[in-house]
Amino acid sequence: MPSTEAAWTYAPAPEGRDIVKLRQSYGLFIDGQFVEPTDGGRFVTENPATEEPLAEVAQATAADVDRAIAAARAAFPAWSGLPDLERGKFLFRLARLIQERARELAVLESLDGGKPIRESRDVDVPLAAAHFFYYAGWADKLGEAFPGRDPRPLGVAAQVIPWNFPLLMAVWKLAPALATGNTCVLKPAETTPLTALLLAELVQDAGIPPGVVNILTGDGTTGAALVSHEGVDKVAFTGSTEVGKRIMQTAKTRHLTLELGGKAANIVFEDAPLDQAVEGVVNGIYFNQGHVCCAGSRLLVQESVAELFVRKLAHRIESLIVGDPLDKNTDIGAINSRAQLTKIQELCASGEEEGCVRHESGAALPERGHWFRPTFFTEVAQTHRIAREEIFGPVLAVMTFRTPEEAVEKANNTVYGLSAGVWTDKGSKIFKTLGKLRAGVVWANTFNKFDPSAPFGGMQESGFGREGGRHGLAPYLSLGGEA
Amino acid sequence: MRVTYRFGPFLDTPVDQVGLEERAARFTKRSIKKDAKVAGLRLAVAICDLTTLEGKDTEGKVRQLCAKAIRPGSGAPSVAAVCVYPNLVPVAREALRGSGVKVAAVATAFPSGQFPLELRLEDVRQTVASGADEIDMVINRRAFLEGDYAAVRDEIEAVKDACGPAHLKVILETGEIGSYDSVRRASFLAMEAGADFIKTSTGKVHPAATMPVTLAMLEAIRDFHWDTGREVGMKPAGGIRTAKEALHYLVMVKESLGEAWLTPRLFRFGASALLNDLLLQLHKEATGRYQSRNDVSLD
Repeated sequence: MPSTEAAWTYAPAPEGRDIVKLRQSYGLFIDGQFVEPTDGGRFVTENPATEEPLAEVAQATAADVDRAIAAARAAFPAWSGLPDLERGKFLFRLARLIQERARELAVLESLDGGKPIRESRDVDVPLAAAHFFYYAGWADKLGEAFPGRDPRPLGVAAQVIPWNFPLLMAVWKLAPALATGNTCVLKPAETTPLTALLLAELVQDAGIPPGVVNILTGDGTTGAALVSHEGVDKVAFTGSTEVGKRIMQTAKTRHLTLELGGKAANIVFEDAPLDQAVEGVVNGIYFNQGHVCCAGSRLLVQESVAELFVRKLAHRIESLIVGDPLDKNTDIGAINSRAQLTKIQELCASGEEEGCVRHESGAALPERGHWFRPTFFTEVAQTHRIAREEIFGPVLAVMTFRTPEEAVEKANNTVYGLSAGVWTDKGSKIFKTLGKLRAGVVWANTFNKFDPSAPFGGMQESGFGREGGRHGLAPYLSLGGEA
Repeated sequence: MRVTYRFGPFLDTPVDQVGLEERAARFTKRSIKKDAKVAGLRLAVAICDLTTLEGKDTEGKVRQLCAKAIRPGSGAPSVAAVCVYPNLVPVAREALRGSGVKVAAVATAFPSGQFPLELRLEDVRQTVASGADEIDMVINRRAFLEGDYAAVRDEIEAVKDACGPAHLKVILETGEIGSYDSVRRASFLAMEAGADFIKTSTGKVHPAATMPVTLAMLEAIRDFHWDTGREVGMKPAGGIRTAKEALHYLVMVKESLGEAWLTPRLFRFGASALLNDLLLQLHKEATGRYQSRNDVSLD
């Protein structure tokens, strides 16, 4: 039989999961130890790709929040009093431990959250290590970071993170807080607690003093108790705009960092490198199943190339492989939870009702688990819900424009302002356009590129405060000695 | 002088180097195991243009190569073609008779092309007359770099005429024409002028075939196909030496153009060292053991 006749499909290439040693049940990480929650409450975290339970985790109560904050408070004087260089050494150690156990962290991240192993292996875990390395270097250079000022830590930081990049978001919160001498109480998301708990083990292994890092698992009530607690000096939250607004009302400290939702526009001009722009648009919306606050969820494409561009996009999504997150060839993994899948389905149904045209790939989906095909809508108008609301799934709204002015106006016509992208071969047009976009992060001829040295954060209802870079130090410091 | 495209200005879209190279690198992340690997290796053998292009080529050398082309070993299928200089076409023709393996020959004053057009066309006519099924020509890089795109296209059209029934592969010599934008432009010139295949390199210039260059050409082929309905083949040549690299290229073709292009009719590897690595890997997949270098024939 000539080998050329049969279709050539890739055989399964699963990453082994044996490297992960799951415990049946996890406690809370308070004062350097794993302890039982005060009322013994537990909940189950499942694998969204199979809906199988992975482990039981503790439900922290208000009393546990008190305990954790007290431990962080008690640890603060010694931690903030350490010579800066010594504090930096602990962070370097954590960075190296993340690298040493990278495979374990990556597999666990994909198991608990549903993201493809290619992403957890090549993006989440390496970036997490890089973030600790980066902020470890700042620990003894705070004076240079803010010349003429007198930077001092704030105290105890309450940090609540989302389920889309569980390990990476934990590290984004912990690294700058610890480098600047604060102590932390971190709450991972309800559906993805496991890598944060493994990170707690690394904190122990690194010899970081008890109480400096505390990790409380639980649902929204735990988070609410934590961020509204009298005893915290700093609140940092990444998640939905809805919860962010509530935190603004209940937080007892004025030191707030909120990184919230987004509805970013990717603007493709007719003189763009179209094939690379297709890649960027695909990466912008289908990376991590679209569970990305800065996802390029709106495509604004110039009318003159719209037909060709949409054809290229439709062609491209056919080669995206949807399925087992642990398979090395998977491009799109599982939707993080049943609730999120329902939300995506509801918004897509509204798109169809409002007259938008739905395009989706022909990918076969597994029988069990939460799945959604890469999807985009054409015939979308600014007024449609799918053009205005954050979907947080692999769903792109395609709209057209005629002139650069119209592109900017439409891109800015949103309550959000987290990110934006511009595609053109003309350098001058890049700068002219980007300067007018109301977004905290802008990319030109690329999208979803992250680096520890680059500040990240939003405008308007996408929040405030910056994470990453030298800018990411300031929200954890009282700068004093105003320059 | 600006080229005017028959098929609308947006096929002349720019190519972003960073984005193209990133995309090309992504294909190397695919993990090809078990059945998929065996099928991919067999396919790679079947689409090889087994090549010898040296001043020291002799009848004996070409006959040995043809024997290998027909029966490579390790249970592999025959290769697609044997590619030689014009003088050795009759030898290859005779040695490959009845095998189904095509005779390909380089012509048009390969590899430089720096001869008068009439001589290059005569080169093509004689080579076809002596039995070549396929002609691998080189484009006029002088004219291309001087910006005389119309001359480049007219010459390819003339060569296509001279080919008669023989299939025409047009070598862009991507290592000499500068940028990915130039690669895309040259691809369109060749396809518009009637190329049956476009090919990266002569193998005499470094760099020869790379994955990003090949991707730029594959995307041009796809756009041309959408626009005209005509299927043009692709041949990366030179520098592809390992089975692993060959599988990466197959992944790239499958995911950029589609499976329809995974056939000797539309995709070829121009290679000489590659075949032996493919055979070693096929044997290893069949037996679980690696052979020594001397278990495959060195030709």
